[in-house]
Amino acid sequence: MSKYYVNKFLFTIDRDPEWVASYKDDPRGTVNRWEKEIGRWLNSVEQTSWLEFTAEEREALSTHDYVWLFENGAHFFLNLTLFIALFDEEYAAAHGPLAFQTEMARQLGHWTGRDYPSVAM
Amino acid sequence: MAELTAVLASTHHPFYYKATTSPEDQRPPYAADWQRKVEAYRETLTAAEPDILVMVGADHFHQLWLDNYPQFLIGKQETYDATFYNEEREFGIPKYTLAGDIELSRYMHEELLGKDFDFSVSHELKIDHSIICPIITVRPDADLPIVPIYTNIFVPPLPSPRRFFQVGRAIREIIDSFPSDKKVAAIGTGHLSLELGGPRQFGEHGPDPLFDADAIEWLSTGNIDAILDNVTHESMAGAGNATHGFMDLLLMMGIAGPGVHADYVDHLDLFHTREMYMTWYPNKNQDQREAAARAAETAQASTGPIYASDAAWDQFRGERAATAAGSET
Repeated sequence: MSKYYVNKFLFTIDRDPEWVASYKDDPRGTVNRWEKEIGRWLNSVEQTSWLEFTAEEREALSTHDYVWLFENGAHFFLNLTLFIALFDEEYAAAHGPLAFQTEMARQLGHWTGRDYPSVAM
Repeated sequence: MAELTAVLASTHHPFYYKATTSPEDQRPPYAADWQRKVEAYRETLTAAEPDILVMVGADHFHQLWLDNYPQFLIGKQETYDATFYNEEREFGIPKYTLAGDIELSRYMHEELLGKDFDFSVSHELKIDHSIICPIITVRPDADLPIVPIYTNIFVPPLPSPRRFFQVGRAIREIIDSFPSDKKVAAIGTGHLSLELGGPRQFGEHGPDPLFDADAIEWLSTGNIDAILDNVTHESMAGAGNATHGFMDLLLMMGIAGPGVHADYVDHLDLFHTREMYMTWYPNKNQDQREAAARAAETAQASTGPIYASDAAWDQFRGERAATAAGSET
């Protein structure tokens, strides 16, 4: 498990409109491309040699599985903000304001009253 | 020496801008009440006639990142850009360019280090909504130079509540000793109980209204002992996974001082969270006293502390009692 690498994915996708659009339309292809073009790069010259996803992490990101990400300690703010970018508009159009946010809360409802998975690293 | 003319501690809510600037027929039902309270609160800053704003907030993973995350950081620039792409996208917040008071930034940084508060520094800091939200609410002309201070409320392990209070005390001493004839206001934003990205987000009320009741009493009475006895990282997580922003409000209470009662206190139950607007006047004059009284009349706010026993929280005490009774049967 690399919480840092998962968080780096969420962070670097969310801050760039082209990556947001790509991740919405083709999550699996975008994860693969991100690993080549962004993932290990520390800056435009330097690379980090040891960062990689586990198979489960790659699958969760490739399927927009924000419940798995929450349950495995991805940072709650990044996990919320990026998936709002992906789904807020279509949920709001179909079901009204904040419909995606309340759906996300419902999907995580089994955690109410329990200690949440830690985002600490 | 500089004069600290006001300390403001408030929640920040990135929905405010869009809720109050959309065409009338597209505004949410709570917008008018919210705007009335915010514009009344604004008058409490205007009456302080500030020349410089010391602004306390926390970057929400817009610039500061996990490869190198500071616990406390000060900006030291003559100019600051503000508002990131993903804040425009999600909240519709406009971009700003703010002047910086580099002289006070430099003095603040050196004096903090001199008091053993080892702040990080940025010379290319872009400001996010933790500082732009209060610009929008209490100084929408964005016409004053700022000194931005960021804290870590987001990346555990976090500094302790005691440390946030101590940083506030140090900032107060530094503003009071700043060799200048300027008037300084300190404005910091954070949260009461708040849930983001978890099962209690965007509910009918904030995740823990009775924490909010205690928090407003503690802050508005300067009750540092009660806060240190009752508030831990774990207890804040219990009140909502993003409640740690309360520590920025605690920092502001540190600037105001222990045991010092606030001069203006207001709050608003905004379905998924409770908004809070608090002002202290460290050197209160008649104009400020009258401005706070006028604002309080407009907003139905208080010109002194609001206690947890206030009737505003009766319904939640009833719900908690019913829940407890239910779990015993």
